Amino acid sequence: MRLRRIVQRLKNHFELFGLQPAYALELEQLERAYREIQTRIHPDRFARAGDAERRASMQWTTHVNEAYRILKSPVQRGKYLLSLQGVDVAFESNTAMAADFLVQQMQWREQLEEALERRDAAELERLRARLQGERRALEGRIAERIDGKADAAGAADLVRRLMFLEKFDADIDAGFETIESS
Amino acid sequence: MALLQIAEPGQSSAPHEHRLAVGIDLGTTNSLVATVRNGVATVLPDEQGRPLLPSIVRYGPDGRIEVGYAAQAQQSNDPRNTIISVKRFMGRSVKDVAHVENAPYDFVDAPGMLQLRTAQGVKSPVEVSSEILKVLRRRAELALGGDLVGAVVTVPAYFDEGQRQATKDAARLAGLNILRLLNEPTAAAIAYGLDNAAEGIYAVFDLGGGTFDISILKLSRGVFEVVATNGDSLLGGDDFDHRVFCWALGEAKLPPLQPRDVRLLYAKAREAKETLTYHGEAPITARLSGGEFVDLKLTTEAFCSMTQTLVNKTIGPTRRALRDAGLTVEGIKGVVMVGGATRMPQVQRAVGEFFRCDPLNNLDPDKVVALGAAMQANVLAGNRAQGEDWLLLDVIPLSLGMETMGGLVERIIPRNSTIPAARAQEFTTFKDGQGAMSFHVVQGERELVCDCRSLARFELRGIPPMAAGAARVRVTFQVDADGLLAVTAREKSTGVETSVTVKPSYGLSDAEIERMLRDSVEHAREDMHARALQENRVEGERLADAVRAALASDAELLSAEERSGIGRLLEELRATLAGSDHRAIKRASEALNRATEDFAARRMDAGVRRALAGQKIANLGG
Repeated sequence: MRLRRIVQRLKNHFELFGLQPAYALELEQLERAYREIQTRIHPDRFARAGDAERRASMQWTTHVNEAYRILKSPVQRGKYLLSLQGVDVAFESNTAMAADFLVQQMQWREQLEEALERRDAAELERLRARLQGERRALEGRIAERIDGKADAAGAADLVRRLMFLEKFDADIDAGFETIESS
Repeated sequence: MALLQIAEPGQSSAPHEHRLAVGIDLGTTNSLVATVRNGVATVLPDEQGRPLLPSIVRYGPDGRIEVGYAAQAQQSNDPRNTIISVKRFMGRSVKDVAHVENAPYDFVDAPGMLQLRTAQGVKSPVEVSSEILKVLRRRAELALGGDLVGAVVTVPAYFDEGQRQATKDAARLAGLNILRLLNEPTAAAIAYGLDNAAEGIYAVFDLGGGTFDISILKLSRGVFEVVATNGDSLLGGDDFDHRVFCWALGEAKLPPLQPRDVRLLYAKAREAKETLTYHGEAPITARLSGGEFVDLKLTTEAFCSMTQTLVNKTIGPTRRALRDAGLTVEGIKGVVMVGGATRMPQVQRAVGEFFRCDPLNNLDPDKVVALGAAMQANVLAGNRAQGEDWLLLDVIPLSLGMETMGGLVERIIPRNSTIPAARAQEFTTFKDGQGAMSFHVVQGERELVCDCRSLARFELRGIPPMAAGAARVRVTFQVDADGLLAVTAREKSTGVETSVTVKPSYGLSDAEIERMLRDSVEHAREDMHARALQENRVEGERLADAVRAALASDAELLSAEERSGIGRLLEELRATLAGSDHRAIKRASEALNRATEDFAARRMDAGVRRALAGQKIANLGG
């Protein structure tokens, strides 16, 4: 694998974009660095180059796209940062959740079901707005724990919650689909 | 008297020579070819000055192949051998195609892609499309006075793997070197964005003859970034014609029609649709072969009401694209209208109402895609001029996944992932001692395999006996910059590595393409040696140019020894390029390619480092 060299030198995806590893992130700065790198290595820049360079360009661009995807996503970024600290978020195996969080999730899901039965798009919008607020708050709490390096296990729990909320967001999307297609 | 200059053998005579490259819009209804001349993108017309080439191919019983207006003139006389809207059949089987009952063709259902029986034998849609591309290629070579370095061919953004592969195969069959497959709305965004120095988030609403795409793009400082795309690859202007056709059948109380009358009435339906763009009503008159006379009047009102459901069908994908982009209509700065079908006033109105703003119509909706493709071709061919320093970041339109137990889909690369993209996933065995695994690659958004499009099936054999769940098979999906997928599987727990690479089966196999190339009269007459020499020379010169440029800018990345090694191989390639031994050129090219692999990687590293350095300075400054 030709990427080995520089990837070994770069400690993590953040360094690739010239950023400090932190959960709280200036998205604009990440985006700017991403575009800057892309303008130099994208396959379109090497359309007339030799095979070796075209291959290297494709591998690099693929790697940069993947790193960007991970850092952009609040869930993936959290999971990634925790893995750098040696903590596995374990989405699949660890599904234990605090009772109050689970109760809230169930209430929201019931509200979603009811809104779907009534074909109430406005209610979906309200649910989404509430979810959005909850997500922002959760992201703030994750930043405190990860960036303060205080409580990795607690952070992992919050990242799992955030993933639940992300799934719920996708379910709201599916709900809109159902209402719109009927 | 000034001395005449002669270039060194093997070296290009003009170092900054303009390389001939074109953009091709291979449309359902019409196709176009465009190029950038003196910095301006222009559509290349035919000898009669007509910019459009109707996408119609006729296989005459006399062995002649007519394309474009000539074929169009015959469509009612010879409907069975005159293929229209062939794009709808690309990478599709008979059951995928709408309104088959009205199509006058003799379909042959082949696995993966249907075929058509014509007076000149059975033809694949790939072959039919290649006839259109050949005409455009000849048109461009005549107008530009030389061989083309390559072409950018556009495809609907919502085209799946099979349809993309089929398009690429058609270009290859037409003797075109594909620089890139480019999504149509993205091409339009380039043309619009560069023309208007646009910045911000734009939507491109592209309703063509047979396909609908909606793309959301972020335009910022020379980067065109597709954020989300959606669409319907079976919705277009043709469907509006179909509604009018059905209405006319009912109104005129016609009996089942002969194929030629079907074509005639379709053509009249289309004319009426076009008339209604500028007038309140349109006549539909035709004399059928049985002597019946059709004399109808279609009003705007009736037309709008019979096509309302079609217009509405564009809204669902538009909403989905916005949602995937995490945006609402307020976040969209403008909507660029593309495709001839967006001329219909009811479409304009629906888009305006949905986005709550006036659609942008300042570019010719028929030409904008070809113009954007020409701009991209110009850049990819290496004709980049100052101030043309823009970059395109595109996405895949549909999720790619794998079948798992119970007929469920495991999504590997989700839709709207920026390409090139790669993602790996581990799978394991279901039974003790299982020696092989069969993989099924699918594309689509649904949970069940049966609701997605099947792309490829392959098997990994030679897994050593292990308990169920112990094997570790790593499956990697790689999507390249054309949006084409390759899948690799590797068993790694025992160190036994077996790897399989598959390409979607919807296109044609390489062997089939080779056969078509051989079958094609044009190529049979061609001297295969001369062709190989020409191809290897172009490749060799491209490589020599690239290595020379790389040495000129980054020689410090090499040790003196490495530099002289590469220099020697470059000299050797140069020497073979002066000769006419195509195998020697190929060998020398391959040797140089191998020797520069490490250099290439170092240059890429250096590029990233420079980007980082620039970034840090920007951060300090900002």
